[in-house]
Amino acid sequence: MKKRAAPAKATRITRAEVEELLFREAALLDEWRLDEWLALLTADARYEVPPNDRPDADPLSTLFTIADDIDRIRGRVTRLKDKDAHAESPRSRTRRLISNVRIVGCGGGELSVEANFVVYRFRRDGGVREYVGRYRYVLRPERGALRIARRQAVLDAMELGSMGLVSFIL
Amino acid sequence: MNERALVLNEAASFRVNRATLVDPEILERERERVFDVCWMYVGHESEVRAPGDFRTRAVCGRPVIFSRDSANAVRVFLNTCRHRGAMVCREAEGNAKVHTCFYHGWSYDRDGRLDGVPGEKDYPPTFRKSDFGLMEPPRVESYRGFVFLNFDARAVPLVEYLAGAKEYIDLVIDQSPSGQMEVIQGTQDYEIRANWKLLVENSFDDYHLLTTHSTWLDYLKNAGVKMQRPDRGHLLPSHGVGKPLGNGHATTDNVNFRGRPVAKWIPVYGEAARPEIERIRAELVARLGEARAARVADTNRNLIVFPNLLLADGSSVTIRTFYPLAPDRMRVRAWALGPKEETPQARAIRLDAFLTFYGPGGFATPDDVEALEMVQSGIAATYREVPWSVMSRGMAKTGEQLNSDELHLRAFWLQWDKLMRAERD
Repeated sequence: MKKRAAPAKATRITRAEVEELLFREAALLDEWRLDEWLALLTADARYEVPPNDRPDADPLSTLFTIADDIDRIRGRVTRLKDKDAHAESPRSRTRRLISNVRIVGCGGGELSVEANFVVYRFRRDGGVREYVGRYRYVLRPERGALRIARRQAVLDAMELGSMGLVSFIL
Repeated sequence: MNERALVLNEAASFRVNRATLVDPEILERERERVFDVCWMYVGHESEVRAPGDFRTRAVCGRPVIFSRDSANAVRVFLNTCRHRGAMVCREAEGNAKVHTCFYHGWSYDRDGRLDGVPGEKDYPPTFRKSDFGLMEPPRVESYRGFVFLNFDARAVPLVEYLAGAKEYIDLVIDQSPSGQMEVIQGTQDYEIRANWKLLVENSFDDYHLLTTHSTWLDYLKNAGVKMQRPDRGHLLPSHGVGKPLGNGHATTDNVNFRGRPVAKWIPVYGEAARPEIERIRAELVARLGEARAARVADTNRNLIVFPNLLLADGSSVTIRTFYPLAPDRMRVRAWALGPKEETPQARAIRLDAFLTFYGPGGFATPDDVEALEMVQSGIAATYREVPWSVMSRGMAKTGEQLNSDELHLRAFWLQWDKLMRAERD
């Protein structure tokens, strides 16, 4: 069987391929396979969680909840793999439901994608914490596969409130 | 109401009764004897700039409108209609000439005066609109841009209340060439499942740094930040002291190792940031002289303004305030503060440095939250069998008390205990 060539152009990528990537990412994060998750990112990837009261702002001029460049993403993974990352030791169990995936833009060899998410988080006896919102992705072919250049998790809640922390990767 | 001792201060032993962190009656008493007689942080003047600008928030448990009036003076109104009580302003922030209660349509101008009453002629002739302006807390005062309110009309003036804390607020303000700091947009607003006083302790307790924040220290080390204990007497990578400042306020005062946007470069910032940090440093020296510039840039501090305001002037500047929702739950709100005239690059460095340590997604704050929640879980059902927490570090020492000692924590608790015991008329 002929192996399908890596996507050369972002324009030819289908929603099914995008969903495959997003669902795979969700599974890796839920299973805490963080090194494999890192491999899904481009070499210049960013991961951001905007503040609840400024969901559309720029992290250069706005205090975000999380605004990591690739170095800090790697630092975050190193930290989360350490048993002394106390906020995630023992680790949360999470379950991510991703839907309404749409390719909303395409240009410059990149794809803009949006998707809705619900992430259920369980830890000890604290009950369930629900993180509801929307992902904004920029995807780009790199190293022979479609990869994540930017992932922004925009929460719908007016404040973090009883969700408390974003100590895991949202 | 309560005969038991809550704080035991003996010659070489300082203990805090864990009931203070669990008992709902104690929280009720705190509302009356601590929060309702102390100066409580409302917001920063930079959050409302022009006449009519407003932000709504809860302060001391009350919904307030924090705003600028027609003369551009900062005002704080209780956000409840004088007619039947509905919250008048339902927006989080904005600018308005008039605030109208949608229920029956009473409207208030920027100065809080009752302006419009639909069907006013049907009220008795004695009804006067001037009697029904939005209510204000008895006292609202500010110090260098930080606005506070007090529900006790007899309270001492804010500047007197702040006592030794003023010197440390001034050190923060000196970061700005014009003496104007501003709150940067973006609010971190989250709950912690723990008693609010545990966050006071944690906010300036440096004893926990090595164990609670080892992954953050590793992150700095891996990025090339040099850390070495000054001598065998120190637990921490630099020298630092804990210092009571009067009226329950207290601070840490540390030699900096962790980098500062104003103005101490560390490798975490990246080489590209170096010239900008050096430029800020040069401005600081030119304006303040070498000694004061070094004081601003090469030392850092976590200042608690009693009872519930933290100014963390460390990896970046944070304003953090918190208020109990229940004995075992608090709401925390935090903002970043920066010099008004900061360049876009310096602002970006400041925000990036903030996120490495602070906040619900930072590399350190989540582990603090975990520690607090573990304390609460540990004591909630055991505080009768195991009634005392120990806070006596440094007590037998003469001379300075280190930041890893507990003198500054004891200062908070002694003021708290004094207020809780005070006779009220």
